[in-house]
Amino acid sequence: MGWETWIITTLSRTLAYGTPLLLGTLGEIYAERSGVLNLGVEGMMIMGAYSAFTTAYITGNPWLGILVGGVIGGIFSLIHAFASVTLKANQVVSGLSLTMLGLGLSGVFGRGWEGKPLPNPISSITVPGLSKIPILGPILFEGQNLLVYLTILLVPLLWYILYRTRIGITIRSVGENPATADSLGINVDRVRYLCVFLGGLLAGVAGGYLSVAYRPAWTEGMTAGMGWIVIALTIFAFWNPAHGMLGAYFFGALYILSFRLQPWISPEFLKAMPYAFAILVLVVVSRGTLQKRMGAPAALSVPYTRGEE
Amino acid sequence: MKKTAWLNVERRSVTSGRLVFAVSIIAILAALVVAGIFFQIYGVSPIRAYQVILKGALGSRLGLAETVRRAIPLLLIGVGLTIAFRALFWNIGAEGQLLMGAIAAAGVALFSGLPDPLLLPVMFIAGFAGGAAWGLIPAFLKVKLGINDVITTLMMNYIAIYLMEWLIHGPWKGPTARGFAYTDQFPRAAWLPTLYGTRIHWPTLVLGLLLALVMYILVTRTRSGFEIRVVGENPDAARFAGISQLKTTLLVMLIAGGFAGLAGVGEVAGIHHKLLGPLNISMGYGYTAIIVAWLARRNPLAVIITSFLFAIIISGGDVIKVSLGLPFQLINVFNGLILFFLIGSEVFIRYKVSFSFRGQ
Amino acid sequence: MVANDGIDLKVRRGAIHCLLGENGAGKTTLMRILYGLYQPDEGEILLRGKPIQISSPRAALTHHIGMVHQHFRLVPTLSVEENVVLGLDEGIGPFLNLRKTRKKIGEISEEYGLPIDPQAKVWQLTVGQQQRVEIIKALYRDASILIMDEPTSVLAPQEVDQLFATLRTLVDDGLTIIFITHKLDEVMEISDQVTVLRQGKVVVTFPTSQTDKPSLAKSMVGREVVFRLEKSVVKRGEKLLQVDSVHALNDRGLPALRGMSLDLYGGEILGVAGVSGNGQTELAEILTGLRRVTKGRVILSGKAITNRSAREITDAGVAHVPAERISMGIVPALSVRENLILKSYRHPPFSLFCFLNRKESDANARRAMEDYQIAAPSDETATKLLSGGNIQRVVLARELSGDPRLIIAAHPTYGLDVGATEQVRQILLKQRERGAAVLLISEDLDEIMTISDRILVLFKGEVMGIIYADGADVEQIGLMMAGTRHEGAVGEKNRVA
Repeated sequence: MGWETWIITTLSRTLAYGTPLLLGTLGEIYAERSGVLNLGVEGMMIMGAYSAFTTAYITGNPWLGILVGGVIGGIFSLIHAFASVTLKANQVVSGLSLTMLGLGLSGVFGRGWEGKPLPNPISSITVPGLSKIPILGPILFEGQNLLVYLTILLVPLLWYILYRTRIGITIRSVGENPATADSLGINVDRVRYLCVFLGGLLAGVAGGYLSVAYRPAWTEGMTAGMGWIVIALTIFAFWNPAHGMLGAYFFGALYILSFRLQPWISPEFLKAMPYAFAILVLVVVSRGTLQKRMGAPAALSVPYTRGEE
Repeated sequence: MKKTAWLNVERRSVTSGRLVFAVSIIAILAALVVAGIFFQIYGVSPIRAYQVILKGALGSRLGLAETVRRAIPLLLIGVGLTIAFRALFWNIGAEGQLLMGAIAAAGVALFSGLPDPLLLPVMFIAGFAGGAAWGLIPAFLKVKLGINDVITTLMMNYIAIYLMEWLIHGPWKGPTARGFAYTDQFPRAAWLPTLYGTRIHWPTLVLGLLLALVMYILVTRTRSGFEIRVVGENPDAARFAGISQLKTTLLVMLIAGGFAGLAGVGEVAGIHHKLLGPLNISMGYGYTAIIVAWLARRNPLAVIITSFLFAIIISGGDVIKVSLGLPFQLINVFNGLILFFLIGSEVFIRYKVSFSFRGQ
Repeated sequence: MVANDGIDLKVRRGAIHCLLGENGAGKTTLMRILYGLYQPDEGEILLRGKPIQISSPRAALTHHIGMVHQHFRLVPTLSVEENVVLGLDEGIGPFLNLRKTRKKIGEISEEYGLPIDPQAKVWQLTVGQQQRVEIIKALYRDASILIMDEPTSVLAPQEVDQLFATLRTLVDDGLTIIFITHKLDEVMEISDQVTVLRQGKVVVTFPTSQTDKPSLAKSMVGREVVFRLEKSVVKRGEKLLQVDSVHALNDRGLPALRGMSLDLYGGEILGVAGVSGNGQTELAEILTGLRRVTKGRVILSGKAITNRSAREITDAGVAHVPAERISMGIVPALSVRENLILKSYRHPPFSLFCFLNRKESDANARRAMEDYQIAAPSDETATKLLSGGNIQRVVLARELSGDPRLIIAAHPTYGLDVGATEQVRQILLKQRERGAAVLLISEDLDEIMTISDRILVLFKGEVMGIIYADGADVEQIGLMMAGTRHEGAVGEKNRVA
């Protein structure tokens, strides 16, 4: 295969694989921006994948599957929100328990669904005209699907909301300094619940994408650690949706390349890169002002109680 | 005190051990009940399911042996985690530390060329060092740069996993069977002895029990144990008392990482006798041990009991698959439920919740 | 505990009214009531003659009462305009109209002389600028009454001047300002009226033009000496502590100690008086290894201990009774027994090699609880459950157990009831008899005058004067506390020490 074709297929697959990464990251960014660390992403993703697949299989409508996947992911995340925000439990442990639950439940219910092909997966689209653009055309407009495009559109929308609207500064203040937000009349708990729910919703959709569009099938544990990469990505993105997009496609590329470059570079090295990068980012950002400008929300993973300052 | 019309939430000033115990038991029971619902969905009565599990895990000699051998890594890692948690260091990286210990041990076993009698002892030392080193890095990052310990330990898990993958597919590749990669088998001298007819690699078990005792003494009776508790509870007072936060945190992770490393040695020298796919070695022990340590309320001796309890649950997974045709994954559901109810119930330990009639 | 006891306060419109009082006098509680964070148990609030209820900060805003807190309520990573607009229902739906906000901020800025860049991120601003944002926040919400809680405690001198200029402009425009402070200088400089609070009650209200610093000092501190303690005559021992022209910075990097010196002898109590925030905390910290000395030396019995570690200094026989009793002096979750050996656990008999000797620490705890009358269910009780007085007893028992040569006691009776206060003072006097040198830092001038042998007054990190306590008078001390240096006086009163 000529190297030009090789690059095109690599980038095209990157776009496809990067989409669920991006979806999950966008959601987790919002959750963490409000101050809640959600380690249950993996569990929410796989529950989304399972429920999307079964819904699509039963109803024959893959989009309904995606919707249900998102809702299930969202409901799951509400459990985490309840534990973290209302009961003020340890967020790390709560998230982990939900991942275990999610993996377990999907494994339990998913038995018997393995190996069933999905008759109506989300169809891939080829945009007439645009797909004829040299290089970019085949990457962006051939063989992708609607969800990929919707995800890309989601980025500027979520960016704008976070940085340019009232909701956005409310969310950011809750994650940085909940006492201040509270004293200005903001309902800290409600904001956190909403952001965690959004995180779960998008994680569920991401999972649904995997089982209904990317590789339409159900396998136990099919998310294969994507949830953890999302956690790493959120850091790598400096909690910014725009950087999240770059990061998601970058990490996606690393993943795709780990297969395609196999004869030359060890695949494990490339697969470990996202995690190493996340730590590197944290080290770099830990210095002084950089921490303020691009660091984690100051109140991340700290439960808030009025009066206990 | 927060007052709404009917619900009073008041911070509790005294926490009795009995209350903690009672709440823990209730949490486990709640998990049992909810899990029971799942059994019912599959048409199996919960009572029968639990009976079968207990019988399978404890009722036969072989079953009991398998349960015990599963408890070994949980015990070692769990003890280490109780120390870490006492210093409020959230070590989620025990999986990776276990694997690094396994890698170190495998390196010694396969390539060191040491005389036979030295192999096993050196493997244990190397395994401890490997796990400890893996744990010290996040400790250092936390104290010197203020970087979140949860994230760093978590990320390092995956770096360890891929490191092992690389080794078994690359430089340490042995004969491959049916598409699975492993290293060569360890020489016989690098195999841990097991109790007759079982897979219980008893030296590691003894080590675990000993370390649980030693750590209990450390925590309750030594200066270091005292310092760990002070640093964990109140870093300002620690500074005031002249206790070094850096030294204490490093010590704590040396222990937690090292013990996880020892667990890794036990697994590869006692059960597998080679390196294989990382998830087949660590088997989620690093995560399950978190629940083990949490339930033990950070008491190293109590870990002996809780690790055994969770080993029963894991054994139970096999049993329900074989005897009842239920999916193994129910165990993960069960674990998740227990952990969730445990932390959810803590609110009742920290706060007193009471109901009052309107108008009061 | 009664924080405010039958307070009557009348504030005139368009005036700057100062609330003066020491820490713990009840000023902050009163202001929190006015701002809606607390509800009064009794009494009423009248605004322009009409009674009002202030049930929350939001409610306070509807009455156009704005508050500038001592610790700013700002989100550092957001910009000025974002902070100003936070929590407000402005703009169309979810969208912000930051341009409008920016314009309005600009207008306020212009009108009241509060230069600020609306788009700057708050973490980039100086403290003085951040305070301006807080003021702008209140003005943006149309505040007509502005409550300021110790606003100058975080400012450098030039910033204070700027703030006062701003306040005068605001008042000229018809705003009313209630200014909480404990600094006599500022009261005289800026206020039209001043109300002095002491121990939760109003002492007096003056128009500022009709009073002066000494009278205010007197009102703040009270003339009655509460306890008559028998102080025995003790022969002064050798020089134990020498502080030589020491300089140190505070947490914000500003100079806290500016070339201060003192000598302290065995068998005496040197009281350090001064309004809080003039370097006392930093003085205690440099003497106990918790803060760096940037210039100068600290010498203990001839050996330099400048910048040595806390552990070395403790081992050298220095005891520290810290001002932050709960957050620093004890580990709240640990038992009384364990807290009692918090510093001595490393030494025999409490430890043998690396093991702690439980029996010894038990015996020690029993002894200490008896000697110091620590009231607790058992020595295993978690220390956080004890009353303030008992916690202090634990701290004292621990710190004094090794027969220390030098004792640094910072605000040791703050917040304690009468009985505990009396006990603490007796303990310090006993240590003095024993031959120890005691450095007593306190805001309670009564206390200082009663039990000290000599009194040192700190103002802005410098020593204003050191005089004998015997025969010293409050007015003179008050003047020193307010910044007047004491020139060597000959004669009995205010003898230079």
